[in-house]
Amino acid sequence: MATEAADAANGAAESSVGMPQLDFSTFPNQVFWLVVTLVVIYLVLSRVALPRIAEVLAARQGAITSDIATAEELKQKAANAEEAYERALAEARAEAGRIAAEAKAEMQAEVDAAIERADAEIASRAAESEARIDEIRKGAAEAVRDVARSAASDVVAALGVKVDGAAIDAAVAAQMKG
Amino acid sequence: MATETRGEEGGLAFHPMDQFIVKPLFGDGPVGIVTITNVTFWMALAVLCVVALLVLGTRGRALVPTRTQSVAELAYGFVYRMVEDVVGKDGLRYFPYIMTLFMFIVFSNFLGLLPLSFTTTSHIAVTAVMAIVVFVTVTVIGFVKNGAGFFGLFWIEAAPLVLRPILAVIEVISYFVRPVSHSIRLAGNMMAGHAVIKVFATFAAIVAISPLSVLAIAAIYALETLVSFIQAYVFAILTCVYLRDALHPHH
Repeated sequence: MATEAADAANGAAESSVGMPQLDFSTFPNQVFWLVVTLVVIYLVLSRVALPRIAEVLAARQGAITSDIATAEELKQKAANAEEAYERALAEARAEAGRIAAEAKAEMQAEVDAAIERADAEIASRAAESEARIDEIRKGAAEAVRDVARSAASDVVAALGVKVDGAAIDAAVAAQMKG
Repeated sequence: MATETRGEEGGLAFHPMDQFIVKPLFGDGPVGIVTITNVTFWMALAVLCVVALLVLGTRGRALVPTRTQSVAELAYGFVYRMVEDVVGKDGLRYFPYIMTLFMFIVFSNFLGLLPLSFTTTSHIAVTAVMAIVVFVTVTVIGFVKNGAGFFGLFWIEAAPLVLRPILAVIEVISYFVRPVSHSIRLAGNMMAGHAVIKVFATFAAIVAISPLSVLAIAAIYALETLVSFIQAYVFAILTCVYLRDALHPHH
């Protein structure tokens, strides 16, 4: 049987006609080694490789899940921080508004006071100037009277009339009153 | 150069099937049951690749995976989700079994794409054993889980009563054809692609058409890379479908 199969195999190899796949003498050999191969692969996979890969995948899944949880937590923290920041910002803005309003009011008061002071000064200066103008006006009238009196006495003297000072004064005063 | 590949008759010597010959690795003796053959070698290489990817690649157990670990996790997730989606939660018990089949086929297919290599999955003996094991396992699981209720798989209650016996016959036939199509699909796909590449490679000896032939080889090689993965996927997903039928025969 064995030699017969071997002869058939050799014959197939030498003539190389037909399909080596249908050379039944090689079947036991192929089947034997296939079974050995499959059993070895099965044992290696089921004992070592597959549990290991499953373990790695589970570990990675766990890591990813915990990382996502951490990220969620951090995101929450960031949101809280942002909220606190917004609140602080709003507070600061309100404070700034208040300070600005205060400063504005203060400045307004100062400006008002300054304007009042200036007004008072202007009024006093105006009064002073008016008094001076009055004085000047009065001086001018006095000067006019003097000039009129001396001119009148000169004119009267040139006309050759002798008049006393009191009469001229009275005449000038009467004229100026008119 | 061309003369080297010419046969005695003066024409081109086509040996597209020589790559599939099972021969002893050491010496020239007969192929006994435990003889170390090229089958042994390439299957051992597939085992080494599986170990390298899924055991050595995940050695670091890194939370942030290295490249190899990433590929290993991808393969794990791919098959795991396939089992979960197709079979359901109760099918996850059989996940290592389907993972074994998938990893073996995918690595055998890809190793077979190496030049001068031997493709173990192109042999009907190999794929038939896997398909028969799937068939027997699924049938046993079906009867153990559902008892006589497993016959409900063949008795389609959605159909009119008159049609049911006819459908039952068709269903039974299709059930028993499953291992045949399951195994021939994989072996046929792998064999055909490799044989075609070999034929084109022989044509490359003729100077006039060698550029075309090389282009064709490249194109078919790309296609075969795709087919290698798809056939492994198809084998695994069909196993899942059969398993689902066994676990939930009332569809």
